[in-house]
Amino acid sequence: MGSGILVFCESEGGQVKKTALELLTKARHLAGQLGGGVNAVLVGAGDTASLAAHGADTIYTVSGDAFAPYTTGAFAKALESVIRQSDPAVVLAAASPVGKDLLPRVAARIDAGLGTECTALDVVGGQLMAKRPIYAGKAIVDVAISSSPAMYTVRPNSFPIEAAAGTGSVVAVDVALGEADTRSRVVEVKASSSAVADLTEAERIVSGGRSLKSEENFQAVIVPLARSVGATPGASRAAVDAGYAPHSWQVGQTGKVVNPELYLACGISGAIQHLAGMRTSKVIVAINKDPEAPIFQHATYGIVDDLFDVCPALTEAFQASLRD
Amino acid sequence: MKIGVCLKQVPATDTVIKINGDATGIVTDDVKWIVNPYDEFALEAALQLKEAGKASEVVVLSMGGADADARIKDGLARGAGEAVRLDDAAFAGSDSLGVARVLAAAVKKAEVGLLLCGRQSVDTDNFQVPAMVAELLGWGQISTISTLELEGETLTATRAAAGGSSHVVQTGLPAVLTCDKGLNTPRFATLKGIMMAKRKKIDVWGAGDLGLDAGAVGAAGAHVTVSNFAPPPSRPSGRTIEGASAGDKARELVRLLREEAKVI
Repeated sequence: MGSGILVFCESEGGQVKKTALELLTKARHLAGQLGGGVNAVLVGAGDTASLAAHGADTIYTVSGDAFAPYTTGAFAKALESVIRQSDPAVVLAAASPVGKDLLPRVAARIDAGLGTECTALDVVGGQLMAKRPIYAGKAIVDVAISSSPAMYTVRPNSFPIEAAAGTGSVVAVDVALGEADTRSRVVEVKASSSAVADLTEAERIVSGGRSLKSEENFQAVIVPLARSVGATPGASRAAVDAGYAPHSWQVGQTGKVVNPELYLACGISGAIQHLAGMRTSKVIVAINKDPEAPIFQHATYGIVDDLFDVCPALTEAFQASLRD
Repeated sequence: MKIGVCLKQVPATDTVIKINGDATGIVTDDVKWIVNPYDEFALEAALQLKEAGKASEVVVLSMGGADADARIKDGLARGAGEAVRLDDAAFAGSDSLGVARVLAAAVKKAEVGLLLCGRQSVDTDNFQVPAMVAELLGWGQISTISTLELEGETLTATRAAAGGSSHVVQTGLPAVLTCDKGLNTPRFATLKGIMMAKRKKIDVWGAGDLGLDAGAVGAAGAHVTVSNFAPPPSRPSGRTIEGASAGDKARELVRLLREEAKVI
């Protein structure tokens, strides 16, 4: 049996991602109940001091040209090596594109159980229990994992970030890659078309529905409103299928499941598949001229009015408010 | 080369999910079953590769009971040439790794050289099985792809990466790929396809056929136990913002978001 919690920390452009700090904070709380330390693994460049300042004791670093950009093979070998070296009882990672690609690969390699996209982690009777949504959030289940380590990916924005001093000793791990670990290579990196956070990690989202009526209206109404409040633009499936917004914007059961602080739904009726994808948002605002739209039953704040009148006024009000 | 396509039967996405009496699962009485939407992109990609002369056959692999046959027939009707259902009492209670062991064994037995899957099934949303199959087989993997090309033995695909960016990735055959919305537009079955599918046989393979140790799959081999199914917590009821004009309502909303909800 292993002991302690190992957090797989992602970084982007040398910056440690916010999800890593969320996981370290949570790991610190859990380690207080489970015993053992909180260690971090950082593959590629990143600021180890910020990991130490959020509770990391030993920080295992793996560096080299083979580890940027992300490839499944190289990262799997790196994470596997650190797990074998540190023998943790629990491994945590973000439910990000990288975490969801990497963790199942490593879990199969070391014969461990994995819980995906967990939204709660608690110690119950000395055992770690996770909660996770299934059916895109239409139901919640408890997940118990008997293997050591037990592995979990956690949905971004699930836990707050707190500073906590960890020992912060850095251990560089030398990972030798074989042919099987370098089977795939990245031939091109296409940067995100916008400067805003990805939907799955966004703290604020402004989504539009089919009522927008055109791609031009999405650009003229939804995009400026999103920009005014630092939000990522999103869309309903109906709007995506009508060609008003790209697939990558789709929120819902066959799109992205999101978990922001603020979700603004403009002209979205609230089909069950859409609600499934955004219902864990902390604050939901619905703007729709149909007072009977199902979205209002889930909204924290509702405005019954024409989105083409409300959204431009709201863009101005956000700009004025954030100037203050 | 044969292409394998994993196909799973799931509740239609507009299903209202109800929890059963002992919280061990959902009530399936009124559920309308469909092919997992992401598996449709995988099947379409496989059929297009076959039509381009880059694959000899498309074989549907599905784990489940005979009630999944209608969904497997749907795959055959759209153009898959072969189908195998993986069914054995020993598979019951498998976690993702157990399912992956069954599928990996089936991929070998069916002599598949490229496995296409949906990026996730929209019921359990585990996002685990394809990567686990790739690991068990020692194959490369590319997850959540939105483009795909096969030239000779080289696969080139675009995958979703961190922060909304994407990577164009190359890997060699054999490999496991998971397909996202946007990869293609799945075809519907034609009447001729439906008639032909009726005559096609669905092979059924169990643990013995696959040479699997019953202790490695099913509940016996599972590390992960799922329990206590519950509806999502209900949200406190909200309120409608009143005002004389759209502008008034907008300003009141901003005030509430700032002073009451404290999210801006």
